[in-house]
Amino acid sequence: MEAAAGGGCGSGPPLLLSEGEQQCYSELFARCAAAGAAGGGPGSGPPEAARAVPSAATAAAGPVADLFRASQLPAETLHQITELCGAKRVGYFGPTQFYIALKLIAAAQSGLPVRIESIKCELPLPRFLMSKTDAEIRFGNPTELHGTKVQIPYLITEKNTFKRMDDEDKQQETQSPTMSPLASPPSSPPHYQRVPLSHAYGKLRSNTEQMHPAPYEARQPLVQPEGPSSGAPGTKPPRHQASLIRSFSVEREPQDNNSNYPDEPWRITEEQREYYVNQFRSLQPDPSSFISGSVAKNFFTKSKLSIPELSYIWELSDADCDGALTLPEFCAAFHLIVARKNGYPLPEGLPPTLQTEYLQAAFPKPKRECALFDSYSESMPANQQPRDLNRMEKLSVKDMADFPVPTQDVTSDDKQGLKSTVDEALPKDVSEDPATSKDSNSLKARPRSRSYSSTSIEEAMKRGEDPPTPPPRPQKTHSRASSLDLNKVFQPSVPATKSGLLPPPPALPPRPCPSQSEQAPEAEIHPQLNRAPSQAAESSPAKKDIPYSQPPSKPIRRKFRPENPATENQDTSTAVGGPATAAAVKPHAAVQKQSSKQKKAIQTAIRKNKEANAVLARLNSELQQQLKEVHQERIALENQLEQLRPVTVL
Amino acid sequence: MNYPLYIRSAPTENELKFHYMVHTSLDVVDEKISAMGKALVDQRELYLGLLYPTEDYKVYGYVTNSKVKFVMVVDSSNTALRDNEIRSMFRKLHNSYTDVMCNPFYNPGDRIQSRAFDSMVTSMMIQVC
Repeated sequence: MEAAAGGGCGSGPPLLLSEGEQQCYSELFARCAAAGAAGGGPGSGPPEAARAVPSAATAAAGPVADLFRASQLPAETLHQITELCGAKRVGYFGPTQFYIALKLIAAAQSGLPVRIESIKCELPLPRFLMSKTDAEIRFGNPTELHGTKVQIPYLITEKNTFKRMDDEDKQQETQSPTMSPLASPPSSPPHYQRVPLSHAYGKLRSNTEQMHPAPYEARQPLVQPEGPSSGAPGTKPPRHQASLIRSFSVEREPQDNNSNYPDEPWRITEEQREYYVNQFRSLQPDPSSFISGSVAKNFFTKSKLSIPELSYIWELSDADCDGALTLPEFCAAFHLIVARKNGYPLPEGLPPTLQTEYLQAAFPKPKRECALFDSYSESMPANQQPRDLNRMEKLSVKDMADFPVPTQDVTSDDKQGLKSTVDEALPKDVSEDPATSKDSNSLKARPRSRSYSSTSIEEAMKRGEDPPTPPPRPQKTHSRASSLDLNKVFQPSVPATKSGLLPPPPALPPRPCPSQSEQAPEAEIHPQLNRAPSQAAESSPAKKDIPYSQPPSKPIRRKFRPENPATENQDTSTAVGGPATAAAVKPHAAVQKQSSKQKKAIQTAIRKNKEANAVLARLNSELQQQLKEVHQERIALENQLEQLRPVTVL
Repeated sequence: MNYPLYIRSAPTENELKFHYMVHTSLDVVDEKISAMGKALVDQRELYLGLLYPTEDYKVYGYVTNSKVKFVMVVDSSNTALRDNEIRSMFRKLHNSYTDVMCNPFYNPGDRIQSRAFDSMVTSMMIQVC
């Protein structure tokens, strides 16, 4: 490209720079050159000119050395780089050398060996950490130096106008934390520790929708928006444009600057936190207890990271090494996974922002939510079940089409009145925090329902993690509400697995309809119905349908008729006479009704089984938890024993 | 199964010799635990002490209740090492090992690739050597 071509003293292989890199490098070069007050530097010219024809310029050694030091590479690496790029050979940093050096810095920071070959591949931009004093001392007012282009790097420092990336949900930025501007407008000294850069800018221009881990960038300590705004006034338009494009949020976390953590990628935002908490709840309803190792393993395995990496992430995040993850530990682990998936290398140690104490201090919200939920549910046991059902209806209507059918059927059949009364409770419920609403539904793992703000990172994760656990049914036989009449109302639909048979509906009056042959099966059924209470335990599967609430039972009764033609014929105890034809007519009329009732019955049976499944699954997880705890105790006891054992000499 | 879950040598020359010594000492360990473990498991000492001295080295052994064996080879010339220290080193190893086990992604029987474990072992070796 033109960089190499422009260099009159081009040495080494031709350099291929991407557009972003070109801008970045040319700015840096210009800055170095100008700051060094080299005479024919491109300082006066517009950066385009500088970019296009850097041939005559040289970058002064001083600022260049500072820049290289700011890249935070070890000294010998920098040595190597300077040697390789040819500056030593030719004695000065021409544009070619400078660009090669920058590329090598980028390579070294990415972990590649410092070789000429390294720069041939696509690299992120080199990262420089500039301190304020350097910036101030070294570089004059950039407005003097360059035109608009140069200001672009600074722009982040500026603006509160930066919108949050998180609007598009979290991860937009390019993955590498980008280069901080070398110079700042002198009036706006401090702000950057890491300031995302024109590289990001360039990339964003091309693709603003990328998912990147750098909402962390957004949160950087550059957040002193008031400061830099005064600097470099003339450059507003491109900066502004870039700011819109880049939409970093500066105002979002001003406290970051105060805390001055350099590890921005490891900072968890509010949305992320919420998401993690929701996921935690999906695995473990109680936010104050922990997720067992196996559960977490299954969950994190879905993220499709390699096992050693997951193992390492676990090691980092399980601070107390107990084989289980509390909520802060879980958030940290999740965050590390997210970061890893977005290309960040895993840290050597747990970053301070991810440590348990920090997370607990910074985000007490989940406990609050939990408390809210608890108090709420405690105070309203009466409405819980219908509310649950209704809410489940709503949620399921939103997301999963299969559930509404049985619930709505049952609801409509059984709780017409109740439904109206709780309807006003509903909007309030649904407007609750989705986490708590889901909690009260005790619906696990409805990833789609949870993503009210469907973030692309969430989607990306969900693709990997969909669905962690099968959604349990809302517990209609909820312990709190067990005393409720509602339970009994529902129990007709939850017979066999749960509580056995209810007192069956009173024996249906024999159909007055003319069919005597009907009476035969009716008589058959009635004894069955009558027998049901006495034989609650022995209900046949067919009879399971009977104890359903009144309306279904009638059609079921009808259903039995065609199902039991044999019994019809058999049981001729009652006078059979006459209206066999009427009997024949009735089945036809009732066929459709029967099939729909059949379907309803089947669906309710399915639901019951699923509830049973859910209960068993929960029991299983609790037992596993206990097993894990016992295991831990055992290990602790082993250790104690070993310590207490008297020293024996062999 | 007598394959190593983790093996590390400080002076990296002659590494194979150390590997060999560790392997052969497994027999001694087995002998000791079978001899001692006749009655109840409780009576069995986890720390096995000096397994056997060779010309330059002393070999210490330790076995956990789950039959995972730790073998340590130290230089005989390192007289500063006392029995207590060896014991404490084994205790640390055991603790780190249980931490590794707590990781759900670790399958028992895999090689140990935990960085925490590595760093602990490194620190121990540095302290001794």
